[in-house]
Amino acid sequence: MNVIIMGCGRVGARVAGMLDAAGHQVTILDTNPAAFRRLPESFHGRREIGNGMDGPALEKIGIEQADAFMAVTQGDNRNYFASQMAREVYHVKRVICRIYDPVREQIFHELGLETFSPTSIGAQIMFDMLLGQQEAK
Amino acid sequence: MYILVCGGGKVGFYLAQELLNANHEVLVIERDPGRAGQIAEELSSNVVHGDSCEATTLDLAGVARADLICAVTGDDEDNLVICEIARRRGVVRTIARINNPKNEELFKKRGIETTISATQAVLAQIEQELPTHEIIPLLQLHSGLELIEIRIPDTSPVVGRSVREVLLPAESMISLIVDPGGVPRMPSGDTRLNAGDALVVVTRNESLPVLRELLIGSTHGLDT
Repeated sequence: MNVIIMGCGRVGARVAGMLDAAGHQVTILDTNPAAFRRLPESFHGRREIGNGMDGPALEKIGIEQADAFMAVTQGDNRNYFASQMAREVYHVKRVICRIYDPVREQIFHELGLETFSPTSIGAQIMFDMLLGQQEAK
Repeated sequence: MYILVCGGGKVGFYLAQELLNANHEVLVIERDPGRAGQIAEELSSNVVHGDSCEATTLDLAGVARADLICAVTGDDEDNLVICEIARRRGVVRTIARINNPKNEELFKKRGIETTISATQAVLAQIEQELPTHEIIPLLQLHSGLELIEIRIPDTSPVVGRSVREVLLPAESMISLIVDPGGVPRMPSGDTRLNAGDALVVVTRNESLPVLRELLIGSTHGLDT
């Protein structure tokens, strides 16, 4: 799969490494070149400096050929904006979008995006750990 | 009308002031507490401090009964999110400020038809003042229609022809003719087009190249 990841933070760099190791063609995008230091040494994919909310910048890195787009910057609104651009303007088939705010995550999910909220997921895990409702692994 | 103004920067502040003067009920939502305090003093407290991108803030501001929401922060992504949440809360009329004119397409695709771009307005003004551009964009109308001005050069193939003889592209019409002396006329089918006339035309965005060819002609000025 040809995947574009916007945001090379801990999560972006980690999922980029995983997809790359699984044999997929990965392009990772960040406005700050220093962010690429988080990528594993074995990473073969492309590192691109740029803003994922900028149409021409996305075209330059080949958004029109991408099978999937993932938005994992620190900004919920930026992630939403870039994801809708990938979906609505460039017709990328799979678009996955991280939204910290659970309320916004719910709304954006209802608007048709594949979203997840680390806040909701993390809170649920902590709740289950404390109250023992999750099977011990 | 009850109008929510999201973003209390210069645009939001003066907008709210004008709307209050026009006797509307206005509430400004501003993220920065210092700025919100400043606005509260100047607009006699028609302001709440909060992030308009959060549904809870919009709910507290009474988004459900708002007639209109104006998303005028300095960030296009925030303005998109504000309009999307407001529409989910039942606000039918949303106006978004766009900073990067290239983002207009995405707002339109998301169904937010009314967008205002200062960058685009300045660009249009520059085009108006440059005599080399024969087609001047005046106003974006709804659903892909546009209002433009075309100056008829001496070399135009339509000079001396009547409006009826000019076969315009579909969904295009000449709505006004301003002659070189600055006198405006409503054209009829018999009105003759003269060199130097400025035509105000309603057209579809995609018809612009055809209109240019038809009313201005090729660069060599040959009749086509």
